[in-house]
Amino acid sequence: MIGTGKIKQYANVLDKPLGKGKQEVSLSAFAFLFSELVQYNQTQVDNISELETRLEDAGYAVGARVLELLCHRDKGNRRETRLLGILSFVHSTVWKVLFGKVADSLEKGTEHEDEYMISEKELLVNRFISIPKDMGTFHCGAFVAGIVKGVLENVGFPAVVTAHFVPVEGQQRPRTTILIKFAEEVLRREARLG
Amino acid sequence: MTSTACFIIVSRNDIPIYEAEVGSAAKREDAAQLHQFVLHAALDIVQDLAWTTSAMFLKAIDRFNDLVVSVYVTAGHTRFMLLHDSRNEDGIKSFFQEVHELYIKILLNPLYLPGSRITSSHFDTKVRALARKYL
Repeated sequence: MIGTGKIKQYANVLDKPLGKGKQEVSLSAFAFLFSELVQYNQTQVDNISELETRLEDAGYAVGARVLELLCHRDKGNRRETRLLGILSFVHSTVWKVLFGKVADSLEKGTEHEDEYMISEKELLVNRFISIPKDMGTFHCGAFVAGIVKGVLENVGFPAVVTAHFVPVEGQQRPRTTILIKFAEEVLRREARLG
Repeated sequence: MTSTACFIIVSRNDIPIYEAEVGSAAKREDAAQLHQFVLHAALDIVQDLAWTTSAMFLKAIDRFNDLVVSVYVTAGHTRFMLLHDSRNEDGIKSFFQEVHELYIKILLNPLYLPGSRITSSHFDTKVRALARKYL
């Protein structure tokens, strides 16, 4: 019979080994899926901030799962308990697994103690998206902001995460910045842990 | 060799999402409630201890009579707690690691809401089999 190769069929997903997973996924498949996600949500909401919230919630679900999976697979079951540790985890490991490269930069905010920024020249999810003029400040990177939020909140560092366009002189397309603003308790705990 | 053991999985928001009496001793009604009470009481200790170390397995953190509470904390702060009377630490660590893998597979289901009860009977069967094997 065609198709009866050596692949073992598992009765239940719990029996299948976790494995290393696919290293690469088709970009076009993802782009289609993401565009459908955005278009579907556009029909469900009345304004832009609701749309961003919905994208963020979708990303949150991804973030929660990515956190557990990566800590188990790539970090040999070590948890992150410090702020800088978790930020560099997001900036390198999470970005590398999701987008194939580490994020362009991780900066600490100058005005406020609790703000950090992850910058990227062009987010992968925005590659095939153009925002019409009448949608103003809408940013599809809200999905990625949701992923970061999902990771941070589940590790115990609750934060408000948003995505912004930052215009850069000399370049036509603005850079994208993911702004992370940690909650009060995070800073207090960091100070306590010393 | 009979052993009492009560295993619960507590989510990040301190809600139990899975419970099982996995010991080989005969089960008594009052003992089951007592076990759950002791495990809930140990949650405070786990909370403080979890921030002091980056390891996942927290060994024995609390005692009650001759029963010991051992805890394993995952990256997402989901706690696997085991109330037992044995001293087999390596067996318990292996048990926790295997259950952790099962938990991740449940979590990867996009239709599973993180923090909700785990109702899969297959999961239950596998956890009990692992308990028989390692505990």
